[in-house]
Amino acid sequence: MADLHTVNKSPFEKNSLEAAIRFSLAGSCILLIEDAVYGALRGTRVEEMVKAAMADKKVYALQSDLLARAIKDDRLIEGVGVVDYAGFVDLVETNDKVQAWL
Amino acid sequence: MKLAIQVNEGPYQHQASDSAYHFAKAALEKGHEVCRVFFYHDGVYNGSRLTTPPQDDRNVVARWVDLAEAYDLDLVLCVAAAQRRGLVDDGEAKRNAKDATNIAPRFRISGLGQLVEAAILADRLVVFGD
Repeated sequence: MADLHTVNKSPFEKNSLEAAIRFSLAGSCILLIEDAVYGALRGTRVEEMVKAAMADKKVYALQSDLLARAIKDDRLIEGVGVVDYAGFVDLVETNDKVQAWL
Repeated sequence: MKLAIQVNEGPYQHQASDSAYHFAKAALEKGHEVCRVFFYHDGVYNGSRLTTPPQDDRNVVARWVDLAEAYDLDLVLCVAAAQRRGLVDDGEAKRNAKDATNIAPRFRISGLGQLVEAAILADRLVVFGD
């Protein structure tokens, strides 16, 4: 049973990324969209939390939301996957459920 | 895959409607079915026919209407949310004695049961909000 967790808030504004990481099961996917893509940046105070989550979960960020915030791939934490909207759809399909952490 | 989509925010205060639109479009273009888009809370503002955004800006309402035309989507505004915010169709105008309607074509007003039903019918419910 794998679930997709979508997070749309910056981790510097709200704790929804932290909650998603804490409550999601091993094997889950976490997709960062909208302002949550800031959580995929290297060198921030949430980097270690995201890296630790990637030990047993997959973390993705939505490409167009990265581009809209001028975040290029070379500024991302290593191992974070970048997906477009078609990839978002694929993640919804390949996981059993979708949980939005609004 | 059969999808249901819930939109909880209006078109201009938050990115949710944009995200939901692009997600729905991508899913439809990949051949998936979107059985219903349910607009809840401020999301009902996505269904006002009377919005006039600048011509060089995206037209959020028209974009939903066009997508619904192309793929025969069921766009539903929550009735309780719509009544509070002044989104009116013919039935609501009559029932509540309003002098006008403002619902965009392809949208309809119905109850929360439509959200529950969509969640049951669909393989996945994807929620966009603030």
